[in-house]
Amino acid sequence: MSILDSLLEKCPSSIQDSYRFRGDQTVIVAPTSFVTLVDLLISEGFNFLVDITAVDWLGKTEHPARFEVVYHWLNLDSQERLRVKVRLQENESLPSLAIKFKTADWYEREVYDMFGISFSGHPNLTRLLTWSDFPGHPLRKDFPLDGGDPFCMSDSTSPFTH
Amino acid sequence: MSELSLNDAVVTTRLDSVVNWARKNSLWPMPFGTACCAIEFMSVMASKYDMSRFGAEAMRFSPRQSDMMLVLGTVTNKMAPILRTIYAQMAEPKWVISVGVCASSGGMYRTYATLQGIDRVIPVDVYVPGCPPRPESMIYGVIKLQEKIEKESLSMRKDHVRRFYESLDRQEKIQMNEGLTGQQTIQNMLRQAAHDKVATIF
Repeated sequence: MSILDSLLEKCPSSIQDSYRFRGDQTVIVAPTSFVTLVDLLISEGFNFLVDITAVDWLGKTEHPARFEVVYHWLNLDSQERLRVKVRLQENESLPSLAIKFKTADWYEREVYDMFGISFSGHPNLTRLLTWSDFPGHPLRKDFPLDGGDPFCMSDSTSPFTH
Repeated sequence: MSELSLNDAVVTTRLDSVVNWARKNSLWPMPFGTACCAIEFMSVMASKYDMSRFGAEAMRFSPRQSDMMLVLGTVTNKMAPILRTIYAQMAEPKWVISVGVCASSGGMYRTYATLQGIDRVIPVDVYVPGCPPRPESMIYGVIKLQEKIEKESLSMRKDHVRRFYESLDRQEKIQMNEGLTGQQTIQNMLRQAAHDKVATIF
């Protein structure tokens, strides 16, 4: 039985949506039932958190929530993989997984740095890649690509030159 | 009269030209290698292209022991204060060659993360275009620098470096007073320079 089937059987209420695509299994959960799902995943043997990233859907009307935080899990015994997506509005936060998974520590810092999504309960939620007083979050769609470069051309995306 | 009796044993010249003759033929390079240009630079120093033919063979990896910095590769905004510190630590008089398009203008990295040319934060003497430049281009860059050294005046070179130190002092002062990181201080100084319509921050 695949993890997707057992999740749908054990906690159908917390799963907003799920789909399979060429062997990839994806579930979409509400932020409130996220921790329940993670605990269930741990008990199912998904012991390796491979990656955390996020998507900014700014201006896409087909996506009601602005952000989507994407987690990838791997079951090291069965080599089965699962993608978990959590949809968040701006200024909403997610519970941190840094206590449960060591890898989550820096991934959450990176997501915080790049998207400005905060993770409650993180031991040290500071910027990972950019400097500590960097203005803004670079992977948000409303961030200018050149970072507001002061010497750029007049047709650039910089808000500072106009 | 006594000069005539010495015959060819004495040559009269200007101080600038004799000092610059010595300087241009004993450049001590330091590689500031951050990307593929540094790989290309390895062959410049190796036997096939051999930069020691131009008096620049004593490569040092310490800024204290070198006077020609070659910036080889992409420099990020996060590296900008480090680049300035390393340039300040070099022995005087000092020169900078910007190797490759990334160091010269940001190259293909037109993003928030990349410094759009190292000449925004340190003075550059010679730019070598290419992605990466061929070893011949880098050697040509060194020859061009030698030609430049030949022509320059000693006091102008001194002023050139002094202006940089003043800008570094200004940066440290802003950094202390406003409690910013070095990176953000440089960004703010660049923004101010753009606002004041001056070309550089040094």
